[in-house]
Amino acid sequence: MSGRRRLEVLTLLAPALILTLVVFVLPLMRFMALAFTAPDGAFATFATLAESPVYRRVMLNSFVIAAVVTAITAALAWPLAYMLARVRGVWFTLMIYGVLFPLWISILVRTYSWMLLLERNGPVNRAIQAAGLSDTPLPLLFNHTGVLIGMVHVLLPYMVLPLYGAMRAIDPRLMQASDGLGAGLWQSFRRIWLPLSLPGLAGGATFVFLLSLGFYITPALLGGKTSIMLPTLIVAFITEQFNWPMAAAASITLLAAVTALMLVATRFLKLDRGMFAR
Amino acid sequence: MTETTGLALGLRALTKRYGPVTALEPTDLDIGAGEFLTLLGPSGSGKTTLLNLIAGYTEPSGGTIRIGARDVTRTPARHRNIGMVFQSYALFPHMTVAQNLAYGLEARRVPKAEIARRVEAALALMQLEGYGNRGVQQMSGGQQQRVAVARALVIEPDVLLMDEPLGALDRQLRRQVQVELRRLHLKHGRTTIYVTHDQEEALVLSDRIAVMGKGRIQQLGSAAELYARPANSFIAGFIGESNLPEARVTSVAGGMALADIPALGLSIEAPVVPGVAPGAPARLMIRPEHLRLLPDAGEGQDAGEGIGARIIEVIYLGELTQFGLETSRGAFLVARGMEGRGLRQGDTVRLGWSPRDVLIVPDTGP
Repeated sequence: MSGRRRLEVLTLLAPALILTLVVFVLPLMRFMALAFTAPDGAFATFATLAESPVYRRVMLNSFVIAAVVTAITAALAWPLAYMLARVRGVWFTLMIYGVLFPLWISILVRTYSWMLLLERNGPVNRAIQAAGLSDTPLPLLFNHTGVLIGMVHVLLPYMVLPLYGAMRAIDPRLMQASDGLGAGLWQSFRRIWLPLSLPGLAGGATFVFLLSLGFYITPALLGGKTSIMLPTLIVAFITEQFNWPMAAAASITLLAAVTALMLVATRFLKLDRGMFAR
Repeated sequence: MTETTGLALGLRALTKRYGPVTALEPTDLDIGAGEFLTLLGPSGSGKTTLLNLIAGYTEPSGGTIRIGARDVTRTPARHRNIGMVFQSYALFPHMTVAQNLAYGLEARRVPKAEIARRVEAALALMQLEGYGNRGVQQMSGGQQQRVAVARALVIEPDVLLMDEPLGALDRQLRRQVQVELRRLHLKHGRTTIYVTHDQEEALVLSDRIAVMGKGRIQQLGSAAELYARPANSFIAGFIGESNLPEARVTSVAGGMALADIPALGLSIEAPVVPGVAPGAPARLMIRPEHLRLLPDAGEGQDAGEGIGARIIEVIYLGELTQFGLETSRGAFLVARGMEGRGLRQGDTVRLGWSPRDVLIVPDTGP
């Protein structure tokens, strides 16, 4: 009976499994295998990457930008999620659509919009000068600033929604209980609200950090030549240098780094222990 | 009744309005130190509003709250020194039992060694020894309830508030915990205000009961007082059961009234409570256990006093039997007693009662 069960399950899963295998896993493995096919030896590509100061800088830049984007979205999303979890009725509808609406617009459109806004004589610079904050236009585009602004904007909802979910699940009576037991506002926040919203923060941070590392369009368009991130470099290996083995090696390194980082993070945050589960 | 030594809590003209809606009419209430007072009422009666006002979770629209000699009307909840047991317990899910208990003591900056000692004592009081390192999620409903009580008591509050703390437990467990709470109160002797909609719970636990309805305290007294002399028909129906046929009062004098009872087709003289006046709506309270069933003896000696009725329902309750009765005028009455075992559905009987067991009370409407 159980053998037949297994057969049924396999039959039902087969189309999806075969499709994933044929159009995703196999091409990916084939692409990654390219990393070991350089004429100078199987690991020559990795050696080149390790010795290249450019690659090292891009790698570092990618992780720093991803970390900064994660930190900024967390700081911006936290009060927003807090409000979302508290308001009701029309205000809630307005706010949740405000969060979700950007997701329905193409990333390309949003990124080009930022180019228009942030350019030398764009509205942002004109506003800054009109307010007397600066005499000359600020360089907001084709550098770290541009990349950060664009990425924070695109990735903010991915931080807001998990945080909102976690905060929504916190029983408001817990805060009342904390208050009644004599704890001040700061203490109630630090010992009750913060730890109970941490799973949302961890989830959102994972989302945003991983998406940041793999982000291509926004950094490519807003970062120019000064703020290059890994995906941009990988694409450059392929389209400019026609060097598929290098592209594959860079991809493998990125994947390995992300995997290692996530393993450490789950270990550190003890998410699997259900410590913060309700 | 627990001995009281002075005033623990005093409310004066305490009021809460939400826009045009009055959740709590101006309310005065004095609670003695060590007293166990229950706020009893149906949902929407204002009992939870009153509790939240005392706890400091709701701002009053008017009036004052005193705890002992302190006026705490504008004091935030965290400085009131009140222990609260929530209906949902509101235990901190990410902490152990001991951490939950220690929380209020840490907020008060009690030294570590003393915290450990007091937490242990509180666990022992609630028979939770050895559970200190458990996560609260791993505890059963009854255990969580005890943790919630321990967390409220460990801070040595001036007043202990309990908001339907047994609401989440099943019926069997509820009975057991009622008795435990009563014993516990005798042990710790803290002034306690207990909110419930369950009259049985109120009768088991309380020194005094404040029956709430329509945003005000309808009557305040011991269980026996409320049962014997309810202030109005709402309380007569809420504390225990009662037959409440309409009474048309024609005159009141010396605590007695003359009234017509249309549903029974007779005029009677019966004791009254304050508020009954000729012409004002009133009801006759006859408790089911005070209604006597006499076999229809035809020309028997009591025949002239009783009212004819037909038994339409017989419910066997073990030691008691309950009868549903329809009078010749079509009114429905309930009688309950140890007698009348031989009677059956469809039998006709005559009804009687002792005049001192009935009471005419003001009618407060449905």
